[in-house]
Amino acid sequence: MSELAIKGGRVVTATGTLAADVLVRDGVVVEVSPRLDAAEVLDASGCVVIPGLVDLHTHLRVPGREDAETIETGTRAAALGGYTAVMAMPNTEPAIDNVGIVRQIQKGAVDALCDVSVAASITVGREGKVLSPMAELAATGVQMFTDDGDCVQDGGLMRRAFKYARSVDVLLASHCEDASMSKGGHMHEGAVSSRLGIPAIPPDAEEVMVQREILLSRTTRGRLHLMHLSTARSVEMVRMAKAAGQVLTAEAAPHHFTLTDEAVRSFDPVFKVYPPLRSQADVDAVKAGLLDGTIDAIATDHAPHSQQHKELPFDQAPCGMLGLETALSLALSELDLPIERVVELMSSNPARIARLDADHGAIAVGRPANIAVVNVEERWQVDPTNLASKARNTPYAHREMKGRVRHTLLRGEVVVSEGKALR
Amino acid sequence: MKHLLSIDDLGREGIDEVLSLAEQLVEPSGARDKASAFAGKTVATLFFESSTRTRVSFEMAALKLGARILELDVGTSSLNKGESIRDTSQTIAEMGVDALIVRHASAGVAQQIARWTDTTVVNAGDGSHQHPTQALLDCLTLRQELGRNDLNDVRVLFVGDFANSRVVRSSVQAFSALGADITVVASPTMHPSDMSVWPVTVSYDLDDVIGSQDVIYSLRPKTERLTSGAVMPSTREYIIRYCITLDRFARLGENVRIMDAGPVLRGVQMAAEVLDDPRCLVNRQVANGVPTRMAVLLTLLERSHHLPVALSQKGVDV
Repeated sequence: MSELAIKGGRVVTATGTLAADVLVRDGVVVEVSPRLDAAEVLDASGCVVIPGLVDLHTHLRVPGREDAETIETGTRAAALGGYTAVMAMPNTEPAIDNVGIVRQIQKGAVDALCDVSVAASITVGREGKVLSPMAELAATGVQMFTDDGDCVQDGGLMRRAFKYARSVDVLLASHCEDASMSKGGHMHEGAVSSRLGIPAIPPDAEEVMVQREILLSRTTRGRLHLMHLSTARSVEMVRMAKAAGQVLTAEAAPHHFTLTDEAVRSFDPVFKVYPPLRSQADVDAVKAGLLDGTIDAIATDHAPHSQQHKELPFDQAPCGMLGLETALSLALSELDLPIERVVELMSSNPARIARLDADHGAIAVGRPANIAVVNVEERWQVDPTNLASKARNTPYAHREMKGRVRHTLLRGEVVVSEGKALR
Repeated sequence: MKHLLSIDDLGREGIDEVLSLAEQLVEPSGARDKASAFAGKTVATLFFESSTRTRVSFEMAALKLGARILELDVGTSSLNKGESIRDTSQTIAEMGVDALIVRHASAGVAQQIARWTDTTVVNAGDGSHQHPTQALLDCLTLRQELGRNDLNDVRVLFVGDFANSRVVRSSVQAFSALGADITVVASPTMHPSDMSVWPVTVSYDLDDVIGSQDVIYSLRPKTERLTSGAVMPSTREYIIRYCITLDRFARLGENVRIMDAGPVLRGVQMAAEVLDDPRCLVNRQVANGVPTRMAVLLTLLERSHHLPVALSQKGVDV
């Protein structure tokens, strides 16, 4: 029997925040109250004690791009960022569209520093032509299907995908991009692209598909989750759909509420991403959506790329930014939200959307101890050469951050202590 | 100022400074004065995209300053073996060149190279972003034509594919800095979506605006954008709407000037006869390329060449 006490922090539970200690026995939370003790003690003084974060959108790059990230390095980055679970995206090489690859990742994640849920692709090979075997994949535990990296262009096929997914009771997550509009574009179409002469992607390319998915989800009653919303109109469409009573969920990435297209003036491909960095008005709208509940979750879209790929000319470089190690700090520094709301956006809501809420998303007696201890006042600076991720493509290099993870517990095991990964 | 990556880098004063120097260099005596200015220096050209005028013009400028030229032959370089632009430019810079002249089909490459090496970088054209030396020689040409240093109240019309033109981005900035009154005309499919950030009047109809201009600057449309039918219905439609046809040219006054950065798509941008008309400044533009580029190289390199000497004479550790 192993016992551990997290002492001296402010604990955010589902029923309220209180100054208390948390007692963990054999990986399970057994008591939350003041003045608890155990053989092993984790100091949480000056910190908040929150349920471990859940990321709905992580690219672990396995199989195929292990030069950029592995399950080990990606989950270590996650744990350092306060995450106890991540949803691994299926735009791997080959794509996750069959049971064999799901099993490969699940086996590879047995010793990972956080739990790994596997998402599979909606279509075979993500080619947008043939549906993946959703029922067979769901039987291995797959809960979310997405062609992320691409969008199913064929409306008829997407409509059938929703209907089929409903019958298997799985979630379709959509990366909204009309390829005929985004083709040839590499940054947001706006005032900055007009000056820079970089071929650009109109916001319409995202919005047209947001609108399509909202409609198809409504008519088929298939479950929909909208990924990385980035424009003011996208947020508005979701707001209207929810106001009309439709059930759907949406996420936004930290770079879409902290960075604008102005960053691209440097022509540094570290700022290249899909959806692209947008205008200040779009950033403000994403923030407003997070504040008023239109957007349910913050999801990192953690997308590692090797250095040589992010040093190509801007229009040749691949899209994507790191996110796991900086997301929580950015949410704490930039959103002006109470910690309880940050926990909703980064832990309890995503846990529910990913159907991981039996184990993640809340601190309560009887539940597994998936917990992060966070010093919300601690200041630190992002050093791209000192990240756990194998890759270095963070757009926040040298940025001052506020809020740092001190400890992370995965089912009671201390995987991060004093800001350092223990393995 | 270490690099010339964009007209942004110069500002009105910088433009005037370079142009005044260029004017001196247009005169053979002025050029002779500087014939050994770069003795012992090496200028390397990294042209990842085809060019006749610009590359030869830069090479001529360097030679006339007494520099050695190093030309990277992209076709036979290790770029073919998969070597990155970063490694290529760093390797060349390591060998001790004083300036890198860079042209690439992708916007921002000159800027990236300036970050990776310690060497002075001159942007000879990056994608659709900037072509600062072109804008400078355009300004020099108009200075000569109009006999003054500013373009106040000079009405300039740019015709053609704005979205895809680095020439227009640089020249609009430069002409505007000198006070010109600029209009741009093209199909909306050839304008960037947000034109509010440009100090220009936007038009879609050439006949509406062509009669009230002092200078007409023609931009070359990319062939694939004309023939695909996706941006303009057809080349014929482009000609009907935006070509400076003989008809349109006949309606222009005696004092209108025609400019073009070249090469010119005869019959599409303008009737062949327009190019050969004395009101067309294209040949003068080409000739001005060399003194302009000499002036740019002198402005970037001569000062920094002198600075360490001055400091060491004062006993300062450099």
